[in-house]
Amino acid sequence: MFEYAPAPESRDIVDIKPSYGLFIDGEFADAEHSFKTVNPATEEVLAEVSEAGAADVDRAVAAARRAYDMVWSKMAGGERAKYLFRIARLIQERSRELAVLESIDNGKPIRESRDVDLPLVAAHFFYYAGWADKLEYAVADPRPLGVAGQVIPWNFPLLMLAWKIAPALACGNTVVLKPAETTPLTALAFADICRQADLPPGVVNIITGAGQTGRALVEHDGVDKVAFTGSTDVGRQIARSVAGTPKRLTLELGGKAANVVFDDAPLDQAVEGIVNGIFFNQGHVCCAGSRLLVQESIAEELLDRLKTRMATLRVGDPLDKNTDIGAINSAAQLNKIRMLSDIGEQEGATRWSPPCELPDRGFWFAPTLFTDVAQSHRIAQDEIFGPVLSVLTFRTPQEAVEKANNTPYGLSAGVWTDKGSRILWMAQRLRAGVVWANTFNKFDPASPFGGYKESGFGREGGRHGLEAYLR
Amino acid sequence: MGDAVSVSTETLTGAAELRRFLHGLPGVDQVGAEERAARLATRSIKTSAKAYAIDLAISMVDLTTLEGADTPGKVRALCAKAAHPDPADASVPKVAAICVYSDLVAEAVRALEGTGVGVASVATAFPSGRAPLEAKLADTRRAVADGASEIDMVIDRGAFLSGDFQKVFEEIAAIKAECGEVHLKVILETGELVTYDNVRRASWLAMLAGADFIKTSTGKVSPAATLPVTLVMLEAVRDFRARTGRQVGVKPAGGIRTTKDAIKYLVLVNETAGPDWLSPEWFRLGASSVLNDLLMQRRKLTTGVYAGPDYFTLD
Repeated sequence: MFEYAPAPESRDIVDIKPSYGLFIDGEFADAEHSFKTVNPATEEVLAEVSEAGAADVDRAVAAARRAYDMVWSKMAGGERAKYLFRIARLIQERSRELAVLESIDNGKPIRESRDVDLPLVAAHFFYYAGWADKLEYAVADPRPLGVAGQVIPWNFPLLMLAWKIAPALACGNTVVLKPAETTPLTALAFADICRQADLPPGVVNIITGAGQTGRALVEHDGVDKVAFTGSTDVGRQIARSVAGTPKRLTLELGGKAANVVFDDAPLDQAVEGIVNGIFFNQGHVCCAGSRLLVQESIAEELLDRLKTRMATLRVGDPLDKNTDIGAINSAAQLNKIRMLSDIGEQEGATRWSPPCELPDRGFWFAPTLFTDVAQSHRIAQDEIFGPVLSVLTFRTPQEAVEKANNTPYGLSAGVWTDKGSRILWMAQRLRAGVVWANTFNKFDPASPFGGYKESGFGREGGRHGLEAYLR
Repeated sequence: MGDAVSVSTETLTGAAELRRFLHGLPGVDQVGAEERAARLATRSIKTSAKAYAIDLAISMVDLTTLEGADTPGKVRALCAKAAHPDPADASVPKVAAICVYSDLVAEAVRALEGTGVGVASVATAFPSGRAPLEAKLADTRRAVADGASEIDMVIDRGAFLSGDFQKVFEEIAAIKAECGEVHLKVILETGELVTYDNVRRASWLAMLAGADFIKTSTGKVSPAATLPVTLVMLEAVRDFRARTGRQVGVKPAGGIRTTKDAIKYLVLVNETAGPDWLSPEWFRLGASSVLNDLLMQRRKLTTGVYAGPDYFTLD
């Protein structure tokens, strides 16, 4: 047997400090309270991180306001671009360190943080750096909004930071960003990069904390713009609190994407696309292809191939370069995945996982497939946000569209067919912000991303992404 | 392909039926196939896994010389290398076979007697395949008579590309009949077929016609073997066995020069067709220069230091 020996990426390149302060006005300062961040693959405590209180949020917003009024809003676009280009290059230079840190704090496999997250993070800064002096080609009379309060999730900590900060700064706004409480470390490393790039103090402020901190930021009077990526529940609360204020809002929320496979699809690539769609990043992806809709005539064959493929997925140490599926980000998320999967069984769906050994410590969930799923089952309706795929079948293209759209969400969808005209026919009818054809989970800074219905509003990426940060 | 229709040469007699079958195979998405191959190429094979892979790769090499300038002396030198790749280290496995033109088969058979190394002969107007069927049959017959244990034939790409699948099928079947017990490898020359859809169809066509092995390239056309082409062929042999019960081998040839390259192919086999194909019986590497690199990496693993290229024989 060809057994792959362990091939761990070295941790030596990262230097995790025992404790971290808040990054406000270009300086790190401790807050009164703190919390711990753990490595989800081992449950080892990585660091103590400051928890920003209301007074800290005040200070951060005030620093961002000062930087906006005195420096950043007055600076020529070409000058802002220089800072963004510098940040992008520093991210590239430090990409290995950032990738390892991301995998340690988040649990995602190093292959993904190295080959997907980090290249996209740098690309995003490069892309928006290029826009900074060309904004009048995007909108007439472009003017920045002011101070942006940004709250990001734990699934792509550094990438979501890039999606938020790069366009905001390119447009002349200053930001106060709160990373998720389980994954603060790469955002704090990014604060260090801002200092390295000599970014004027206060242009970027990173405040760590949990829900309370996020609420204080979102509800702060000094914030002109709120951008949030995360769960639909929290998004709804934010929309309520922002309603009636002059604050601008963009929300990127949950999803329950349909991955639709027709009988003329390139089957082997479709299998890869399904695996990529739901098992990428342990399924912690808002646009994950969590509902597989497969044409009845090929369902059996496709599932056979999918199961064979799933049996080759390597689950384990996120820092091993051969790992395909890493750790679930937190105990709370693991419980949610377990609970919804158990409900799936109780509702009568058939559960299947390939034989795979999970480590004793840490938070782990085997890649899982549910067949005999009905549209009314909770596993077909609720966002599980884990490596769990629900399989449904359809007979005609019309039925595929109906089932795909029959969800409160509308973030993404996938279509697999060799027929070009059918791709266009489907794309016109699918109510989803992104429709992938013969691929899935493909991102590019030039391509706008965002949702319909309960998946939120506003677009990130591309020229469209500028509109959220300009008046 | 979920239905239980059995596929055999008996059920696919007519040209139209053959065509319908090959065009009914699921398509290959180029971007997706190349992405998958590239991702598998990032597997990190270290320490014990690397040692295993290197020895396995050596044992799978079809050590090849296919030049107009080949001489009996050159072939004898290659045979010596094939039987004892590293004369200083008896633990190095022998290669699977040597691969020569048909007129040098007798020389190779003599040189390799008792070593267990096979002799593969290219045949059928290699590399272009442009000759009358009688000439191709005669070429094959002679190589078999001279003691070749394997025949590497080329398909008629002109016939394939013009849609005359039946002609290609019949030619392969005729050569196979000429081979008898001798193993038949069918070279698709994927660099001339260009699309992955064509590669998949040609793979099935060759297997249906009786190929024991399907092989990517002659090495005379660029591109020769690539990872995505080999991926598509490995999927084909996997699906063919699932459907017919018969296992067919795969041989990428040409362009495989380094240990890293060789290991990427082994990973591809392991995670596509599966471990059943990880032996010289079912997977070969058509190459020549890769052998010395494998030996060099092997010595680095066992001794901890790199030996210079002058410590490995050039044959």
